[in-house]
Amino acid sequence: MKAQLFKKLQQITEQNLMDIESHKQNGNHAIGFYCLYAPTELATAADAIPLPLCGTRQDPIEAAEEALPRNLCPLIKSSYGFAASDTCPFFRFSDMIVADTTCDGKKKMFELMNRITPVHVLQLPQQQNTDLFLDPWKAEISLLKQKVENLTGKQITDQDISNAIQLLNREREALKRLMDVTRAIPSPLTGMELIEILFKTGFFADKHKGIAIMDEIADACETMVQNGESPFKKTTPRILMTGVPVGLGSDKVIRIIEESGANVVAFENCSGYKKTFQVDETKDPLTALAETYLSIPCSVMSPNPGRFDLLEEMITGFSVDGVVDLTWQACHTYNIEAYGVQEFVADRFALPYLHIETDYSQSDTEQLRVRIEAFLEMI
Amino acid sequence: MVSAGIDIGSRSIECVLIENGLIKAARKTDTGYDPMSQAKKLIADLSFDSILATGYGRNLFELEYDSKTVTEIKAHAKGARFSFPEALTILDIGGQDSKVIRLDITGKVVRFEMNDRCAAGTGKFLEIMAQALGFSMDTFGTAAKNAQKSLGISSMCTVFAESEVTSLLARGENPEEIAKGLHQSVVKRAAAMLNRVSPEGPVVFTGGVAKNTCIVKFLEQTIHREVWVPESPEMNGAIGAALIAGEN
Ligand code: SF4
Ligand code: SF4
Repeated sequence: MKAQLFKKLQQITEQNLMDIESHKQNGNHAIGFYCLYAPTELATAADAIPLPLCGTRQDPIEAAEEALPRNLCPLIKSSYGFAASDTCPFFRFSDMIVADTTCDGKKKMFELMNRITPVHVLQLPQQQNTDLFLDPWKAEISLLKQKVENLTGKQITDQDISNAIQLLNREREALKRLMDVTRAIPSPLTGMELIEILFKTGFFADKHKGIAIMDEIADACETMVQNGESPFKKTTPRILMTGVPVGLGSDKVIRIIEESGANVVAFENCSGYKKTFQVDETKDPLTALAETYLSIPCSVMSPNPGRFDLLEEMITGFSVDGVVDLTWQACHTYNIEAYGVQEFVADRFALPYLHIETDYSQSDTEQLRVRIEAFLEMI
Repeated sequence: MVSAGIDIGSRSIECVLIENGLIKAARKTDTGYDPMSQAKKLIADLSFDSILATGYGRNLFELEYDSKTVTEIKAHAKGARFSFPEALTILDIGGQDSKVIRLDITGKVVRFEMNDRCAAGTGKFLEIMAQALGFSMDTFGTAAKNAQKSLGISSMCTVFAESEVTSLLARGENPEEIAKGLHQSVVKRAAAMLNRVSPEGPVVFTGGVAKNTCIVKFLEQTIHREVWVPESPEMNGAIGAALIAGEN
């Protein structure tokens, strides 16, 4: 059952490029996004397809290093490399690129990317939900709305935004339901499977297709749980991954953890559970978007208390046996925050914790394996 | 019951036999280019009831001998407790990596950190520096101990430190003082890792570098903690592996 659904997922993925193409041939647009902070609702409200562009593969990094320093976060290099070498179909589809002033590396990279293609950069505040920061952030979001209107030639009404919020809330509900199936002990899904679903559905031109397949997989998983089926045992160590985003191509740590006999059941990062928020449908839509998006607990915020609340909830809710905190090399914000996370996990939960700093290359696989196996021996 | 432990590292392989809680045999060889045939040669004439592998080569060994494996971390924890039953902190500096392990009172690993991405602060670093200064490994530590003052070496990277040493020599600086500076830079790095992972109490110091009495002395002076060195510090991982083999 599950295997068939993964086949179907693959079919939709292959079909998707054509879906985007025909959508564009019909006079519609696609908008590329680099970070979870930018509300994709504004694209959806203008019938444009939002495409997540963060680079998760090693291949384009060499091309990026012609312009960027080697000693930079691989996510930034990969993102830039795809643009510079013109090897990402989704980048090519994007009629407009939306970025945010998140970490230093990313925002300076966007200045260079802007030479390849125009990048609209949102000035993201670094503190959350005080009026001092919320008001300018709301202004940024209104400006983005205008930019999208200019691009698409479509007036975006409040009703359009509300409809988009409803649709994407529905999508986020499906994401949450899918990610919640691994709360079961043992879990019906591997971490690698979960990453594959999250990654692939992110690009779907038709949100309804994504929602439908996620619901179908979640249904199948719930049936597996009822029938006591799982790729794991009840005693399989359950790992929570926290830290930087991961996707297909930047999944080596998850793979090694699962090859070493554990199961990654939860992703506390912006490619995982941080995506499961709901935007208030009763408020003025722009205000609701501004508030909800600004409260995303990423380490670029200072301070970033929301991450610890989310960790607390997830460590308990997913019955976690250990925490792996992943930092991409040269990501200062996550690297420094790791100190507090390690303290939090030790003091609050007395659980084994492992901090890993690595990049997208395979060169340290064996070294990582030693650390990960030693970490699992601690459980 | 004789149990064997084999520690297949990137530079050397150690093997230990344990019977009734006593070490019966301990031997070592270079890893060379073909770790598996070296390992085979090392244990060819030994007889034992069970064997367990640790170190970077453990997974290859597992395939050939159908033995169980544990990581170096667990093996070192076990080995240190064998020599010092109260051990809570372990510093291991081997040929190509260094690590600090913290144990709880039952001997369980609660935290560890490893540096295995570059030679900085390891036995390899000292070897290359000794060569650059014209010392043998046996005289290097003594030379450093004899020095009046220490010449600071600012680069931790082996390649940069080597050229720093060369230019200090060219300036006519005293090799013994440079040697002292190099030893202290290894100690500083180890001390920083110790302070992060396990900042209190006596330290069990293992690995080949623990045989360098100059490093031991400087370490004690730097961290103001007792440093305990087992009789054969480079055998610690293999001892731990043999003990775990005996448990199963
Ligand atoms: S890690 Fe933070 S800054 Fe980077 S994409 Fe995710 S939310 Fe944005
Ligand atoms: S992982 Fe860190 S350095 Fe890389 S883009 Fe995200 S916040 Fe920036």
